[in-house]
Amino acid sequence: MNKVYSSAEEAIADIPDEATIAIAGFFTAGVPRVLLRALIARGVKDLTLACGCGPLLGAPGELALLVKNKQLKRVIDSYGLYRSASKGTQDLFEQAVKAGEIELRVYPMGTLAERYRAAAAGVPAFYTPTGVGSVVENELVSSIEEKRKKKETRIFDGKRYILEYCLPPHFAFVHAYMGDREGNLRYRGTARNFNPVMAAAARITIAEVENLVEPGEIDPDDVHTPGIYVQRVVKVPRPTFAVTID
Amino acid sequence: MKKFEGLSREMIALRASREIPDGSYVNLGIGIPTLISNWIEGKDIILQSEIGMLKTGPLAFGEGVDQDIINASCQPVHTLPGSAYFDIVESFAMIRGGKMDVVVMGALQVDEHGDYAGWANPARGLMGVGNIGGSMDLAAGAKKLLITMEHVTNDGQPKIVKELTYPATTEGKVNMIFTDFAVIEVTPKGLLLKEVYPGLTPQDIQSVTEPKLMISPDLKEIEL
Repeated sequence: MNKVYSSAEEAIADIPDEATIAIAGFFTAGVPRVLLRALIARGVKDLTLACGCGPLLGAPGELALLVKNKQLKRVIDSYGLYRSASKGTQDLFEQAVKAGEIELRVYPMGTLAERYRAAAAGVPAFYTPTGVGSVVENELVSSIEEKRKKKETRIFDGKRYILEYCLPPHFAFVHAYMGDREGNLRYRGTARNFNPVMAAAARITIAEVENLVEPGEIDPDDVHTPGIYVQRVVKVPRPTFAVTID
Repeated sequence: MKKFEGLSREMIALRASREIPDGSYVNLGIGIPTLISNWIEGKDIILQSEIGMLKTGPLAFGEGVDQDIINASCQPVHTLPGSAYFDIVESFAMIRGGKMDVVVMGALQVDEHGDYAGWANPARGLMGVGNIGGSMDLAAGAKKLLITMEHVTNDGQPKIVKELTYPATTEGKVNMIFTDFAVIEVTPKGLLLKEVYPGLTPQDIQSVTEPKLMISPDLKEIEL
């Protein structure tokens, strides 16, 4: 079994317009930057990027290109905007959201994590207490009014819970410190974050790895993502970037 | 309107850190709460970072920075002996599943019912969206929820209000509020003023707080 592709370009060659792609990463940590750049270069359009916590804020150059090239239809995230209002008003992505050109859908981070996990695990929907007492309880939080679907709630044991649905992406872009040609992945530190669950949730998972090793070099006890979840592997250099989202 | 002198952000964090018992597992939100990590070194308090880390160490600088090890505010941190890494599903299972003894968050507003708003500011013109991050999960699962914030906005408006005018993060979960002017406990009967910045009177605090404050019989000055 050999899942290795010789370039990011080849690994993403069949991604169609309108695809939903999960982008792993938490701010600057564990973001699949090389795959993102290949996606931008191919000019794929009308994309839904399903994120977890601001990987596009962690890759601001790439986000700016996606906006300038008009490749984005929708972003799903828990934290997709700059914290500072003054920086936000200057930002091309925020301006596009305000203008209604890109839809931003916001979920609590734990709900998003659980949506991907449910998709991975064959669970169509689940109840969570998160968001009760906020607008999240009533409707989908979207920058586009027509998209704000009502939500169902239910009482269990005297407490209210919100029904949320699984989120199964077509593709996932993940980043790992180490991977083998059968798709086993091992992450480093907090760069792990959304990578494992997105790898498991997507139909086709593409992994960029800093170190490509032979099967067996990752001890079975140290495999964080078993290769069954990964369809394509690309070797990339260890990235350098500024560790900040400000 | 009279402008009062009060604690710096670091000192608000110090006072709030005194409220955290030894042996606690704690999550600190972005902003003033993260400054609490400067005051708990050597104490038996374990920080959880929602990104996927337990026993998060102090902030890292210069040569000590490892780009794969950051906290939820995207600041590089150190590990400590006993630190553990896990993925985001595990992280929010422990958060939503009620394992955090203390959660400390910042806020835009807190009301007299213990509701608070922190994820969206309508003045930003963002069509009803904002940044929720982990705040709602943390509020849902916290055994104790503390808010640290300035008492008034930059233009002198009270941040402790009768009813929230900004979108709520959660309702009824706030236990204590630590500001630059005061320490306030949220009780079923209303807000109880417990401590004041040295030199400020209860009337001073009331003049910058919308709901009526109950004054503790043991009212004292904030001691640091």
